[in-house]
Amino acid sequence: MKWFDYVAPRSLGEAFQHVASHPGARFLAGGTDLLVQMRAGRKETDLVIDLKHIPELMELRDSSEGLTLGAAVPCCAIYGGLAVSRAYPALAEVAGLIGGTQIQGRASIGGNLANAAPSADSIPLLIALGAVCRIASASGERAMPVEEFCTAPGVNALHPGELLVSLHIPKSGPRAAAQYLRFIPRNEMDIAVAGAGVSLVLDNGTIRSARVALSSVAPTPLFVKTAGDALAGKPAEPESLGAAAELAREAARPITDMRGTADYRRHLCAVLTRRALEAALAKAKENN
Amino acid sequence: MPMAKVRVQTTINGETAEFLCEPRQSLLECLRDILGLTGTKEGCNDGNCGACTVLLDGRVVNSCLVLGVEAEGHAVTTIEGIARGSRLHPLQQAFLEDAALQCGICTPGFIVAAKALLDQEPHPSEDRIRHYLANNLCRCTGYDKIVRAVQHAASQMEEAKA
Repeated sequence: MKWFDYVAPRSLGEAFQHVASHPGARFLAGGTDLLVQMRAGRKETDLVIDLKHIPELMELRDSSEGLTLGAAVPCCAIYGGLAVSRAYPALAEVAGLIGGTQIQGRASIGGNLANAAPSADSIPLLIALGAVCRIASASGERAMPVEEFCTAPGVNALHPGELLVSLHIPKSGPRAAAQYLRFIPRNEMDIAVAGAGVSLVLDNGTIRSARVALSSVAPTPLFVKTAGDALAGKPAEPESLGAAAELAREAARPITDMRGTADYRRHLCAVLTRRALEAALAKAKENN
Repeated sequence: MPMAKVRVQTTINGETAEFLCEPRQSLLECLRDILGLTGTKEGCNDGNCGACTVLLDGRVVNSCLVLGVEAEGHAVTTIEGIARGSRLHPLQQAFLEDAALQCGICTPGFIVAAKALLDQEPHPSEDRIRHYLANNLCRCTGYDKIVRAVQHAASQMEEAKA
């Protein structure tokens, strides 16, 4: 790696001062993407700003409003804490899917999002859960739904000088459930051929609302609004789920590569969406 | 900003340690090249193989994906900190007795990761062991003997407690 300097600010204000004097600075959370990319020469910087000493970036707090997940909180803290893993089981499950144990000891959900890989496992679920990004800069703050955050492979919507501070996941009622499913040819430690994240709210046998998102089948994680909307008001029956799964298949814009052909990925979108909806439905029924 | 080495104060295997490093140096490089703790191995150097596994504040991490400067104020445990004096940890003993290694490069990483597992879950299932250790690659053994050694160590540790 080329030489860089390192700072570990204790506040957002201090971090933005560093950014002002080093416009090419890079933010470090878990480093499981950044350090690999820098070592491979794909990213360069003269200053690494470690975010893990800034309280807002390390916040993990559940309230009546929902979950505040600091952008640098490691995955292991999400599934390691009973309260959060009980209240947000699908999120805890996805935190345990990214890489292996060692990666989960460092990698954060915020970093998975900011890295903006089309295959990022956490992003379809974040979209399904209706997560919102808290973005800050020296001049202020803004909020952005996760589905708008990734703009191209490896590119996100942050302007120079902006920082992803945290994610806010709204509280879902007892009749809501979510699920992310991916297909990989092995049992773990792999990049998804395709993935589907869904959430739904069940009301006496009727699906009140639903959200569906896909990974690895477009240049960015894909929010399939049509599939979720098609489920609203429908009976929680296989036909409804099948129709939504077809809409997910139609929305996919996959490529053919070493992991699978475009046709295979489209097929997977339908299968994974249907299975994820079935799994979420089963969980919601348990809670109903 | 001048290019200066950074002084890092940390705890390694329970003892206070201080070293000077470049910010770009990984914790793995600091351990091996500066501190002479060569038990931690370099495999892929990009987070895939787990040979460089250490504990950072008790969390299992790849030391190739941690900057040495990030260890400031934290506690690092390496393979050198697993035995108690001349008494091997039950995992080390089991790896030896069960021939759970051939070339041995992956072994320190496996033992450090397996210790973290057994510390939090004394009775993991075979499935759980395989899943937990999925970030540790071994190109010699085919994994079966490693998994059996971890199970063996778990039962030894249980007996020692009884």
